[in-house]
Amino acid sequence: MIEVENLVKEYGEFRAIDNINFTVGKGEILGFLGPNGAGKTTVMRILTCFFPPTSGKAIVAGFNCFEDSLNVRKRIGYLPQKVPLYEDMKVHDYLRFVAAVKGTPAKEVNRKTAKVMDDCGLSDVSHKLISTISGGYKQRVGIAQALVNDPEVLILDEPTVGLDPKQIKEIRSLIKELAGRHTVILSTHILPEVSILCGRVIIINKGKLVAVDKPENLASENTKKMFLRISGNAQMIERELAATGGISSFEKEQVAGDACGFVVVFDDEKRGRQGIQSMIEKNNWDLLEMRPLETSLEDIFIKLVTKEEA
Amino acid sequence: MNIRNVSLILNRELKSYFSSLTVYVVILMFLLMTGYFFYNLLATFSIVSFQAQTDPMLAKQYQLLNINETVIRPLFGSISIILLLMTPLLTMRLFAEEKKTGTIELLLTFPINDVDVVLGKYLACIVVLLTMVALTATYPILLIALGEPEVVPIITGYLGLVLIGAAAIALGIFTSSLTENQIVSASISFGMLFFFWLISYSVPLVSAGLGQVLGYLSINEHIASLSKGVVDSEDIIYYLCFIVLFLFLTLRSLETKRWR
Repeated sequence: MIEVENLVKEYGEFRAIDNINFTVGKGEILGFLGPNGAGKTTVMRILTCFFPPTSGKAIVAGFNCFEDSLNVRKRIGYLPQKVPLYEDMKVHDYLRFVAAVKGTPAKEVNRKTAKVMDDCGLSDVSHKLISTISGGYKQRVGIAQALVNDPEVLILDEPTVGLDPKQIKEIRSLIKELAGRHTVILSTHILPEVSILCGRVIIINKGKLVAVDKPENLASENTKKMFLRISGNAQMIERELAATGGISSFEKEQVAGDACGFVVVFDDEKRGRQGIQSMIEKNNWDLLEMRPLETSLEDIFIKLVTKEEA
Repeated sequence: MNIRNVSLILNRELKSYFSSLTVYVVILMFLLMTGYFFYNLLATFSIVSFQAQTDPMLAKQYQLLNINETVIRPLFGSISIILLLMTPLLTMRLFAEEKKTGTIELLLTFPINDVDVVLGKYLACIVVLLTMVALTATYPILLIALGEPEVVPIITGYLGLVLIGAAAIALGIFTSSLTENQIVSASISFGMLFFFWLISYSVPLVSAGLGQVLGYLSINEHIASLSKGVVDSEDIIYYLCFIVLFLFLTLRSLETKRWR
Protein backbone atom coordinates (compact mmCIF):
# COMPACT_ATOMS: atom_id res chain seq x y z
CA MET A 1 0.00 0.00 0.00
CA ILE A 2 2.89 2.30 0.78
CA GLU A 3 6.31 2.00 -0.77
CA VAL A 4 9.19 4.24 0.13
CA GLU A 5 12.43 3.95 -1.78
CA ASN A 6 15.72 5.70 -1.06
CA LEU A 7 13.90 8.69 0.31
CA VAL A 8 16.03 11.76 1.01
CA LYS A 9 14.92 15.20 2.15
CA GLU A 10 17.29 18.07 2.61
CA TYR A 11 16.48 21.46 4.10
CA GLY A 12 19.35 23.49 2.67
CA GLU A 13 22.48 21.88 4.07
CA PHE A 14 20.64 19.84 6.65
CA ARG A 15 19.69 16.31 5.70
CA ALA A 16 16.44 15.64 7.56
CA ILE A 17 15.96 12.13 6.24
CA ASP A 18 18.65 10.04 4.71
CA ASN A 19 17.97 7.17 2.36
CA ILE A 20 14.93 5.62 3.98
CA ASN A 21 13.31 2.48 2.57
CA PHE A 22 10.24 0.66 3.81
CA THR A 23 6.94 -0.77 2.67
CA VAL A 24 3.60 -1.06 4.40
CA GLY A 25 1.06 -3.72 3.46
CA LYS A 26 -2.69 -3.27 3.20
CA GLY A 27 -4.47 -3.17 6.54
CA GLU A 28 -1.27 -2.94 8.51
CA ILE A 29 -0.61 -0.53 11.38
CA LEU A 30 2.93 0.68 11.17
CA GLY A 31 4.54 2.50 14.07
CA PHE A 32 7.03 5.19 13.37
CA LEU A 33 9.28 5.58 16.32
CA GLY A 34 12.05 8.03 16.96
CA PRO A 35 13.20 10.78 19.27
CA ASN A 36 12.10 14.34 18.57
CA GLY A 37 13.71 15.66 15.42
CA ALA A 38 14.38 12.20 14.02
CA GLY A 39 12.55 12.95 10.78
CA LYS A 40 9.19 11.30 11.47
CA THR A 41 7.15 14.34 10.51
CA THR A 42 9.25 14.92 7.40
CA VAL A 43 8.52 11.42 6.13
CA MET A 44 4.82 11.91 6.80
CA ARG A 45 4.77 15.27 5.03
CA ILE A 46 6.29 13.63 1.97
CA LEU A 47 3.75 10.80 2.08
CA THR A 48 0.91 13.31 2.34
CA CYS A 49 2.32 15.35 -0.58
CA PHE A 50 2.82 18.45 1.53
CA PHE A 51 6.27 18.72 0.00
CA PRO A 52 8.26 16.53 -2.37
CA PRO A 53 11.39 14.61 -1.40
CA THR A 54 14.80 15.86 -2.50
CA SER A 55 15.34 12.47 -4.09
CA GLY A 56 13.86 9.02 -3.91
CA LYS A 57 10.37 7.76 -4.48
CA ALA A 58 7.26 7.49 -2.35
CA ILE A 59 4.24 5.56 -3.60
CA VAL A 60 0.95 5.59 -1.73
CA ALA A 61 -2.02 3.48 -2.82
CA GLY A 62 -0.36 2.91 -6.17
CA PHE A 63 0.29 6.56 -6.98
CA ASN A 64 3.50 8.51 -6.87
CA CYS A 65 3.33 11.23 -4.23
CA PHE A 66 5.14 13.73 -6.39
CA GLU A 67 3.86 13.05 -9.90
CA ASP A 68 0.32 12.08 -9.01
CA SER A 69 -0.19 14.09 -5.88
CA LEU A 70 -3.91 14.70 -6.34
CA ASN A 71 -4.65 10.98 -6.62
CA VAL A 72 -2.64 10.26 -3.50
CA ARG A 73 -4.34 13.06 -1.59
CA LYS A 74 -7.75 11.65 -2.52
CA ARG A 75 -6.86 8.40 -0.79
CA ILE A 76 -5.28 9.56 2.43
CA GLY A 77 -6.43 10.96 5.73
CA TYR A 78 -3.86 13.00 7.56
CA LEU A 79 -3.64 14.15 11.14
CA PRO A 80 -0.74 16.57 11.43
CA GLN A 81 1.08 17.11 14.67
CA LYS A 82 -0.56 19.63 17.04
CA VAL A 83 -3.85 19.17 15.14
CA PRO A 84 -4.29 22.39 13.20
CA LEU A 85 -8.03 23.07 12.83
CA TYR A 86 -10.08 26.08 11.82
CA GLU A 87 -10.92 27.16 15.33
CA ASP A 88 -13.51 29.69 14.21
CA MET A 89 -15.76 26.92 12.86
CA LYS A 90 -18.24 24.68 14.59
CA VAL A 91 -17.33 21.00 14.77
CA HIS A 92 -20.00 19.79 12.36
CA ASP A 93 -19.46 22.68 9.94
CA TYR A 94 -15.77 21.93 9.90
CA LEU A 95 -16.25 18.22 9.27
CA ARG A 96 -18.80 18.93 6.56
CA PHE A 97 -16.33 21.28 4.91
CA VAL A 98 -13.57 18.67 5.00
CA ALA A 99 -15.88 15.94 3.72
CA ALA A 100 -16.92 18.11 0.78
CA VAL A 101 -13.40 19.24 0.00
CA LYS A 102 -12.31 15.62 -0.03
CA GLY A 103 -14.79 14.98 -2.79
CA THR A 104 -17.75 13.45 -0.96
CA PRO A 105 -20.86 13.84 -3.14
CA ALA A 106 -23.06 16.66 -1.83
CA LYS A 107 -25.95 14.43 -0.76
CA GLU A 108 -23.66 12.13 1.24
CA VAL A 109 -21.82 14.86 3.11
CA ASN A 110 -24.30 15.02 5.97
CA ARG A 111 -24.52 11.26 6.37
CA LYS A 112 -20.75 10.76 6.35
CA THR A 113 -20.22 13.62 8.77
CA ALA A 114 -22.81 12.24 11.17
CA LYS A 115 -21.24 8.80 10.99
CA VAL A 116 -17.70 9.99 11.66
CA MET A 117 -18.89 12.18 14.54
CA ASP A 118 -20.59 9.14 15.99
CA ASP A 119 -17.49 6.95 15.55
CA CYS A 120 -15.23 9.49 17.16
CA GLY A 121 -17.61 10.37 20.00
CA LEU A 122 -18.13 13.94 18.88
CA SER A 123 -21.93 14.09 18.85
CA ASP A 124 -22.01 15.97 22.17
CA VAL A 125 -19.90 18.85 20.88
CA SER A 126 -21.07 18.95 17.27
CA HIS A 127 -22.57 22.44 17.63
CA LYS A 128 -19.68 23.95 19.55
CA LEU A 129 -16.95 26.17 18.16
CA ILE A 130 -13.71 24.26 17.81
CA SER A 131 -11.90 26.98 19.78
CA THR A 132 -14.08 26.23 22.81
CA ILE A 133 -13.73 22.45 23.05
CA SER A 134 -11.08 20.63 25.09
CA GLY A 135 -7.80 19.28 23.76
CA GLY A 136 -9.08 15.74 23.78
CA TYR A 137 -12.06 16.68 21.66
CA LYS A 138 -9.85 18.67 19.29
CA GLN A 139 -7.70 15.59 18.82
CA ARG A 140 -10.82 13.61 18.01
CA VAL A 141 -11.97 16.24 15.53
CA GLY A 142 -8.52 15.89 13.97
CA ILE A 143 -8.93 12.15 13.68
CA ALA A 144 -12.50 12.55 12.46
CA GLN A 145 -11.43 14.86 9.62
CA ALA A 146 -8.79 12.32 8.63
CA LEU A 147 -11.39 9.55 8.59
CA VAL A 148 -14.31 11.35 7.04
CA ASN A 149 -13.72 10.25 3.44
CA ASP A 150 -13.02 6.67 4.49
CA PRO A 151 -9.45 6.84 3.16
CA GLU A 152 -7.38 3.80 2.27
CA VAL A 153 -4.37 5.18 4.09
CA LEU A 154 -4.31 7.03 7.39
CA ILE A 155 -1.28 9.00 8.42
CA LEU A 156 -1.34 10.09 12.04
CA ASP A 157 1.45 12.24 13.42
CA GLU A 158 1.63 11.74 17.18
CA PRO A 159 -2.10 11.19 17.64
CA THR A 160 -2.06 10.93 21.42
CA VAL A 161 0.20 13.82 22.40
CA GLY A 162 -1.25 16.11 25.03
CA LEU A 163 -4.15 13.93 26.06
CA ASP A 164 -4.98 12.66 29.51
CA PRO A 165 -4.65 8.91 30.20
CA LYS A 166 -8.34 8.22 29.69
CA GLN A 167 -8.43 10.03 26.37
CA ILE A 168 -5.22 8.29 25.27
CA LYS A 169 -6.89 4.97 25.92
CA GLU A 170 -9.96 5.97 23.91
CA ILE A 171 -7.95 7.26 20.96
CA ARG A 172 -5.85 4.11 20.97
CA SER A 173 -8.85 1.83 20.88
CA LEU A 174 -10.26 3.97 18.09
CA ILE A 175 -7.07 3.52 16.07
CA LYS A 176 -6.99 -0.16 16.86
CA GLU A 177 -10.47 -0.54 15.38
CA LEU A 178 -9.25 1.01 12.16
CA ALA A 179 -6.75 -1.74 11.46
CA GLY A 180 -7.73 -4.08 8.67
CA ARG A 181 -10.03 -1.66 6.90
CA HIS A 182 -7.41 1.06 6.69
CA THR A 183 -3.67 1.07 6.38
CA VAL A 184 -2.32 3.20 9.18
CA ILE A 185 1.02 4.85 9.77
CA LEU A 186 1.39 6.52 13.10
CA SER A 187 4.36 8.27 14.56
CA THR A 188 5.06 8.54 18.21
CA HIS A 189 7.81 8.84 20.73
CA ILE A 190 5.74 7.02 23.32
CA LEU A 191 7.04 3.48 23.24
CA PRO A 192 4.27 1.45 24.87
CA GLU A 193 1.89 2.91 22.31
CA VAL A 194 3.75 1.07 19.60
CA SER A 195 3.59 -2.31 21.30
CA ILE A 196 -0.13 -1.81 21.96
CA LEU A 197 -1.12 -0.65 18.52
CA CYS A 198 1.32 -1.59 15.85
CA GLY A 199 1.97 -4.77 13.95
CA ARG A 200 5.32 -3.48 12.87
CA VAL A 201 7.70 -0.78 14.03
CA ILE A 202 10.17 1.38 12.23
CA ILE A 203 12.73 3.08 14.36
CA ILE A 204 14.42 6.11 12.90
CA ASN A 205 17.03 8.34 14.38
CA LYS A 206 18.69 11.42 12.89
CA GLY A 207 16.97 10.73 9.58
CA LYS A 208 18.28 7.21 9.24
CA LEU A 209 16.41 3.95 9.51
CA VAL A 210 17.68 2.05 12.54
CA ALA A 211 15.41 -0.99 12.72
CA VAL A 212 12.27 -2.48 11.20
CA ASP A 213 10.53 -5.34 12.94
CA LYS A 214 7.56 -6.51 14.94
CA PRO A 215 7.55 -5.04 18.44
CA GLU A 216 7.71 -8.50 20.05
CA ASN A 217 10.67 -9.56 17.90
CA LEU A 218 12.51 -6.42 18.74
CA ALA A 219 11.90 -7.14 22.41
CA SER A 220 12.97 -10.81 22.33
CA GLU A 221 16.20 -10.06 20.52
CA ASN A 222 17.30 -8.27 23.59
CA THR A 223 19.02 -9.96 26.53
CA LYS A 224 17.17 -10.89 29.72
CA LYS A 225 17.21 -8.81 32.83
CA MET A 226 16.55 -9.77 36.44
CA PHE A 227 16.16 -7.96 39.70
CA LEU A 228 17.87 -9.44 42.80
CA ARG A 229 17.50 -8.50 46.46
CA ILE A 230 20.07 -10.08 48.73
CA SER A 231 20.88 -9.46 52.37
CA GLY A 232 24.63 -9.35 52.82
CA ASN A 233 27.69 -7.21 52.40
CA ALA A 234 27.24 -5.05 49.33
CA GLN A 235 30.90 -4.95 48.33
CA MET A 236 31.27 -8.71 48.65
CA ILE A 237 28.17 -9.34 46.60
CA GLU A 238 29.44 -6.99 43.92
CA ARG A 239 32.77 -8.80 43.83
CA GLU A 240 31.08 -12.20 43.60
CA LEU A 241 28.67 -11.07 40.89
CA ALA A 242 31.54 -9.78 38.81
CA ALA A 243 33.17 -13.18 39.06
CA THR A 244 30.04 -15.13 38.12
CA GLY A 245 29.80 -16.41 34.56
CA GLY A 246 26.81 -15.77 32.29
CA ILE A 247 26.29 -12.22 33.54
CA SER A 248 27.12 -9.47 31.10
CA SER A 249 26.59 -6.57 33.47
CA PHE A 250 24.93 -5.58 36.72
CA GLU A 251 23.99 -2.41 38.48
CA LYS A 252 23.35 -1.60 42.10
CA GLU A 253 19.85 -0.37 42.89
CA GLN A 254 18.68 1.53 45.94
CA VAL A 255 16.29 -0.57 48.02
CA ALA A 256 14.65 -0.01 51.39
CA GLY A 257 16.14 -1.68 54.49
CA ASP A 258 19.68 -3.02 54.81
CA ALA A 259 19.46 -5.49 51.92
CA CYS A 260 21.14 -4.81 48.59
CA GLY A 261 19.36 -4.61 45.27
CA PHE A 262 20.89 -5.39 41.90
CA VAL A 263 19.69 -5.38 38.34
CA VAL A 264 21.52 -8.14 36.54
CA VAL A 265 21.72 -8.52 32.78
CA PHE A 266 22.42 -12.03 31.54
CA ASP A 267 24.09 -13.03 28.36
CA ASP A 268 23.65 -16.72 29.25
CA GLU A 269 20.66 -16.91 31.52
CA LYS A 270 21.01 -20.52 32.70
CA ARG A 271 24.65 -20.24 33.67
CA GLY A 272 24.04 -16.93 35.32
CA ARG A 273 21.19 -18.24 37.46
CA GLN A 274 23.24 -21.21 38.60
CA GLY A 275 26.17 -18.96 39.40
CA ILE A 276 24.01 -16.70 41.54
CA GLN A 277 22.51 -19.67 43.32
CA SER A 278 25.86 -21.18 44.23
CA MET A 279 27.28 -17.80 45.21
CA ILE A 280 24.43 -17.30 47.68
CA GLU A 281 24.77 -20.80 49.15
CA LYS A 282 28.53 -20.44 49.48
CA ASN A 283 28.37 -17.16 51.36
CA ASN A 284 25.31 -18.04 53.35
CA TRP A 285 23.39 -14.95 52.25
CA ASP A 286 19.65 -14.66 52.14
CA LEU A 287 18.05 -14.33 48.74
CA LEU A 288 15.07 -12.10 49.47
CA GLU A 289 13.80 -11.50 45.98
CA MET A 290 14.50 -12.60 42.43
CA ARG A 291 12.22 -11.50 39.64
CA PRO A 292 12.60 -11.13 35.89
CA LEU A 293 12.39 -7.61 34.50
CA GLU A 294 10.58 -7.24 31.27
CA THR A 295 12.73 -5.72 28.60
CA SER A 296 10.73 -2.87 27.24
CA LEU A 297 10.83 -1.28 23.87
CA GLU A 298 12.32 1.62 25.73
CA ASP A 299 15.51 -0.31 26.34
CA ILE A 300 15.72 -1.52 22.78
CA PHE A 301 15.06 1.92 21.53
CA ILE A 302 17.73 3.50 23.67
CA LYS A 303 20.11 0.70 22.80
CA LEU A 304 19.52 1.04 19.07
CA VAL A 305 19.60 4.78 19.08
CA THR A 306 22.72 5.06 21.22
CA LYS A 307 24.46 2.27 19.30
CA GLU A 308 23.89 4.32 16.20
CA GLU A 309 25.52 7.31 17.81
CA ALA A 310 28.53 5.45 19.19
CA MET B 1 -9.97 24.55 -11.71
CA ASN B 2 -12.95 23.00 -10.03
CA ILE B 3 -15.93 25.28 -9.39
CA ARG B 4 -17.20 23.20 -6.48
CA ASN B 5 -13.87 23.35 -4.66
CA VAL B 6 -13.53 27.07 -5.29
CA SER B 7 -16.97 27.67 -3.83
CA LEU B 8 -16.22 25.45 -0.82
CA ILE B 9 -13.10 27.45 -0.01
CA LEU B 10 -14.97 30.69 -0.75
CA ASN B 11 -17.76 29.79 1.67
CA ARG B 12 -15.40 28.76 4.40
CA GLU B 13 -13.37 31.94 4.08
CA LEU B 14 -16.50 34.07 4.10
CA LYS B 15 -17.77 32.41 7.27
CA SER B 16 -14.38 32.97 8.77
CA TYR B 17 -14.34 36.64 7.71
CA PHE B 18 -17.75 37.43 9.06
CA SER B 19 -17.29 35.51 12.30
CA SER B 20 -14.32 37.66 13.27
CA LEU B 21 -14.41 41.22 14.47
CA THR B 22 -11.77 42.43 12.00
CA VAL B 23 -14.07 42.74 9.01
CA TYR B 24 -16.67 44.71 10.93
CA VAL B 25 -14.08 47.11 12.28
CA VAL B 26 -12.50 47.55 8.86
CA ILE B 27 -15.89 48.21 7.26
CA LEU B 28 -16.87 50.62 10.04
CA MET B 29 -13.64 52.60 9.75
CA PHE B 30 -13.95 52.60 5.97
CA LEU B 31 -17.45 54.02 6.15
CA LEU B 32 -16.46 56.62 8.74
CA MET B 33 -13.58 57.83 6.60
CA THR B 34 -15.46 57.86 3.31
CA GLY B 35 -18.45 59.45 5.07
CA TYR B 36 -16.20 62.20 6.41
CA PHE B 37 -14.91 62.95 2.91
CA PHE B 38 -18.42 62.89 1.50
CA TYR B 39 -19.72 65.25 4.15
CA ASN B 40 -16.91 67.73 3.57
CA LEU B 41 -17.19 67.64 -0.20
CA LEU B 42 -20.93 68.11 -0.03
CA ALA B 43 -20.73 70.87 2.59
CA THR B 44 -18.14 72.74 0.54
CA PHE B 45 -20.31 72.34 -2.54
CA SER B 46 -23.37 73.73 -0.85
CA ILE B 47 -21.53 76.70 0.70
CA VAL B 48 -19.93 77.59 -2.62
CA SER B 49 -23.26 77.25 -4.43
CA PHE B 50 -24.85 79.72 -2.01
CA GLN B 51 -22.01 82.18 -2.52
CA ALA B 52 -22.18 81.69 -6.27
CA GLN B 53 -25.74 82.95 -6.26
CA THR B 54 -24.35 86.41 -5.55
CA ASP B 55 -20.99 86.05 -7.29
CA PRO B 56 -21.23 84.63 -10.83
CA MET B 57 -17.42 84.84 -11.30
CA LEU B 58 -16.90 82.38 -8.52
CA ALA B 59 -19.28 79.94 -10.11
CA LYS B 60 -17.36 80.06 -13.37
CA GLN B 61 -14.03 79.62 -11.66
CA TYR B 62 -15.14 76.74 -9.56
CA GLN B 63 -16.75 74.77 -12.39
CA LEU B 64 -19.60 74.82 -10.01
CA LEU B 65 -23.10 73.69 -10.59
CA ASN B 66 -21.67 70.40 -11.73
CA ILE B 67 -22.08 68.05 -8.82
CA ASN B 68 -20.30 65.25 -10.69
CA GLU B 69 -17.13 67.30 -11.01
CA THR B 70 -17.03 68.80 -7.55
CA VAL B 71 -18.43 66.07 -5.34
CA ILE B 72 -18.60 62.69 -7.01
CA ARG B 73 -15.26 62.62 -8.78
CA PRO B 74 -13.19 63.73 -5.77
CA LEU B 75 -15.23 61.35 -3.64
CA PHE B 76 -14.28 58.39 -5.83
CA GLY B 77 -10.65 59.52 -5.67
CA SER B 78 -10.74 59.55 -1.85
CA ILE B 79 -12.58 56.24 -1.58
CA SER B 80 -10.03 54.59 -3.84
CA ILE B 81 -7.16 55.75 -1.63
CA ILE B 82 -8.98 54.62 1.52
CA LEU B 83 -9.52 51.25 -0.16
CA LEU B 84 -5.78 50.97 -0.74
CA LEU B 85 -5.33 51.66 2.97
CA MET B 86 -7.88 49.11 4.11
CA THR B 87 -7.41 46.10 1.82
CA PRO B 88 -4.08 44.94 3.33
CA LEU B 89 -5.97 44.55 6.61
CA LEU B 90 -8.41 42.22 4.87
CA THR B 91 -5.87 40.20 2.91
CA MET B 92 -3.11 39.82 5.48
CA ARG B 93 -4.73 36.86 7.18
CA LEU B 94 -5.56 34.82 4.09
CA PHE B 95 -2.43 32.67 4.00
CA ALA B 96 -0.32 34.06 6.84
CA GLU B 97 -2.84 32.96 9.46
CA GLU B 98 -3.04 29.45 8.03
CA LYS B 99 0.71 29.21 8.11
CA LYS B 100 0.89 30.44 11.68
CA THR B 101 -1.74 28.03 12.97
CA GLY B 102 -0.55 25.17 10.75
CA THR B 103 -3.91 24.67 9.04
CA ILE B 104 -2.11 25.19 5.73
CA GLU B 105 -0.68 21.70 6.16
CA LEU B 106 -4.14 20.18 6.03
CA LEU B 107 -5.38 22.58 3.39
CA LEU B 108 -2.55 21.74 1.00
CA THR B 109 -2.90 18.00 1.58
CA PHE B 110 -6.62 18.03 0.78
CA PRO B 111 -7.30 16.74 -2.74
CA ILE B 112 -7.78 20.18 -4.29
CA ASN B 113 -5.61 22.21 -6.63
CA ASP B 114 -3.72 25.25 -5.41
CA VAL B 115 -5.59 27.30 -8.03
CA ASP B 116 -8.89 26.48 -6.32
CA VAL B 117 -7.50 27.48 -2.94
CA VAL B 118 -6.15 30.79 -4.21
CA LEU B 119 -9.29 31.64 -6.18
CA GLY B 120 -11.58 30.69 -3.29
CA LYS B 121 -9.70 32.91 -0.90
CA TYR B 122 -9.44 35.71 -3.44
CA LEU B 123 -13.14 35.67 -4.24
CA ALA B 124 -14.04 35.63 -0.53
CA CYS B 125 -12.08 38.83 -0.09
CA ILE B 126 -13.73 40.26 -3.21
CA VAL B 127 -17.12 39.63 -1.59
CA VAL B 128 -16.00 41.64 1.42
CA LEU B 129 -14.80 44.37 -0.92
CA LEU B 130 -18.14 44.42 -2.73
CA THR B 131 -19.91 44.71 0.60
CA MET B 132 -17.77 47.66 1.59
CA VAL B 133 -18.16 49.41 -1.72
CA ALA B 134 -21.89 48.72 -1.88
CA LEU B 135 -22.38 50.35 1.51
CA THR B 136 -20.94 53.60 0.15
CA ALA B 137 -23.79 53.70 -2.38
CA THR B 138 -25.73 55.69 0.22
CA TYR B 139 -23.72 58.77 -0.79
CA PRO B 140 -24.62 58.85 -4.50
CA ILE B 141 -28.18 57.77 -3.68
CA LEU B 142 -28.44 60.78 -1.41
CA LEU B 143 -27.10 62.99 -4.20
CA ILE B 144 -29.57 61.55 -6.71
CA ALA B 145 -32.38 62.18 -4.24
CA LEU B 146 -31.29 65.79 -3.64
CA GLY B 147 -29.87 66.87 -6.98
CA GLU B 148 -29.47 65.75 -10.53
CA PRO B 149 -26.06 64.18 -10.99
CA GLU B 150 -25.17 62.21 -14.10
CA VAL B 151 -25.63 58.54 -13.37
CA VAL B 152 -23.19 57.04 -15.89
CA PRO B 153 -20.01 58.41 -14.23
CA ILE B 154 -21.32 57.06 -10.92
CA ILE B 155 -21.68 53.59 -12.35
CA THR B 156 -18.30 53.62 -14.10
CA GLY B 157 -16.79 55.16 -10.98
CA TYR B 158 -17.99 52.20 -8.99
CA LEU B 159 -16.56 49.89 -11.62
CA GLY B 160 -13.24 51.68 -11.07
CA LEU B 161 -13.47 51.26 -7.29
CA VAL B 162 -14.14 47.54 -7.59
CA LEU B 163 -11.25 47.15 -10.03
CA ILE B 164 -8.74 49.05 -7.92
CA GLY B 165 -9.89 47.16 -4.82
CA ALA B 166 -9.65 43.84 -6.63
CA ALA B 167 -6.14 44.70 -7.77
CA ALA B 168 -5.09 45.65 -4.24
CA ILE B 169 -6.54 42.39 -2.93
CA ALA B 170 -4.58 40.36 -5.49
CA LEU B 171 -1.41 42.07 -4.33
CA GLY B 172 -2.38 41.51 -0.70
CA ILE B 173 -3.07 37.82 -1.10
CA PHE B 174 0.37 37.50 -2.67
CA THR B 175 2.12 39.17 0.25
CA SER B 176 0.11 37.02 2.63
CA SER B 177 1.47 33.92 0.93
CA LEU B 178 5.03 35.10 1.55
CA THR B 179 5.02 35.05 5.32
CA GLU B 180 3.40 33.59 8.39
CA ASN B 181 3.30 36.98 10.05
CA GLN B 182 0.19 39.02 9.28
CA ILE B 183 1.84 42.33 10.21
CA VAL B 184 4.71 41.63 7.82
CA SER B 185 2.21 40.80 5.09
CA ALA B 186 0.23 44.01 5.68
CA SER B 187 3.41 46.10 5.79
CA ILE B 188 4.64 44.76 2.46
CA SER B 189 1.18 45.31 0.97
CA PHE B 190 1.09 48.92 2.18
CA GLY B 191 4.58 49.51 0.83
CA MET B 192 3.85 48.06 -2.57
CA LEU B 193 0.43 49.70 -2.91
CA PHE B 194 1.87 53.08 -1.97
CA PHE B 195 4.61 52.54 -4.52
CA PHE B 196 2.02 51.86 -7.21
CA TRP B 197 0.04 54.85 -6.00
CA LEU B 198 2.86 57.38 -5.83
CA ILE B 199 4.82 56.16 -8.83
CA SER B 200 3.16 58.84 -10.99
CA TYR B 201 4.81 61.53 -8.81
CA SER B 202 8.11 60.83 -10.53
CA VAL B 203 6.65 61.32 -13.99
CA PRO B 204 7.77 65.01 -14.30
CA LEU B 205 11.28 64.08 -13.16
CA VAL B 206 12.09 61.50 -15.81
CA SER B 207 12.25 61.42 -19.61
CA ALA B 208 8.98 61.45 -21.51
CA GLY B 209 9.15 57.78 -22.50
CA LEU B 210 9.86 56.51 -19.02
CA GLY B 211 7.33 58.97 -17.67
CA GLN B 212 4.67 57.41 -19.84
CA VAL B 213 5.55 53.96 -18.53
CA LEU B 214 5.48 55.12 -14.91
CA GLY B 215 2.21 56.89 -15.50
CA TYR B 216 0.75 53.75 -16.97
CA LEU B 217 1.93 51.64 -14.01
CA SER B 218 0.30 53.94 -11.48
CA ILE B 219 -2.63 52.17 -9.88
CA ASN B 220 -4.86 55.21 -9.33
CA GLU B 221 -4.24 56.96 -12.67
CA HIS B 222 -6.47 54.37 -14.26
CA ILE B 223 -9.58 55.17 -12.32
CA ALA B 224 -9.43 58.85 -13.30
CA SER B 225 -11.18 58.39 -16.62
CA LEU B 226 -13.55 55.78 -15.20
CA SER B 227 -14.81 58.28 -12.62
CA LYS B 228 -15.40 60.73 -15.48
CA GLY B 229 -17.69 58.20 -17.11
CA VAL B 230 -15.20 57.06 -19.75
CA VAL B 231 -14.60 53.34 -20.00
CA ASP B 232 -11.25 52.85 -21.68
CA SER B 233 -10.19 49.26 -22.39
CA GLU B 234 -6.62 50.28 -21.53
CA ASP B 235 -7.65 50.89 -17.92
CA ILE B 236 -9.64 47.70 -17.61
CA ILE B 237 -6.76 45.70 -19.09
CA TYR B 238 -4.34 47.32 -16.65
CA TYR B 239 -6.34 46.14 -13.65
CA LEU B 240 -6.99 42.69 -15.07
CA CYS B 241 -3.27 42.22 -15.80
CA PHE B 242 -2.42 43.44 -12.30
CA ILE B 243 -4.84 40.92 -10.77
CA VAL B 244 -3.73 37.98 -12.92
CA LEU B 245 -0.06 38.76 -12.31
CA PHE B 246 -0.37 38.76 -8.53
CA LEU B 247 -2.64 35.72 -8.39
CA PHE B 248 -0.08 33.94 -10.55
CA LEU B 249 2.73 35.03 -8.21
CA THR B 250 0.68 33.74 -5.26
CA LEU B 251 0.45 30.33 -6.89
CA ARG B 252 4.18 30.30 -7.55
CA SER B 253 4.82 31.33 -3.97
CA LEU B 254 2.70 28.43 -2.68
CA GLU B 255 4.57 26.10 -4.98
CA THR B 256 8.00 27.17 -3.78
CA LYS B 257 6.79 26.57 -0.22
CA ARG B 258 6.29 22.98 -1.27
CA TRP B 259 9.76 22.79 -2.70
CA ARG B 260 11.61 24.12 0.27
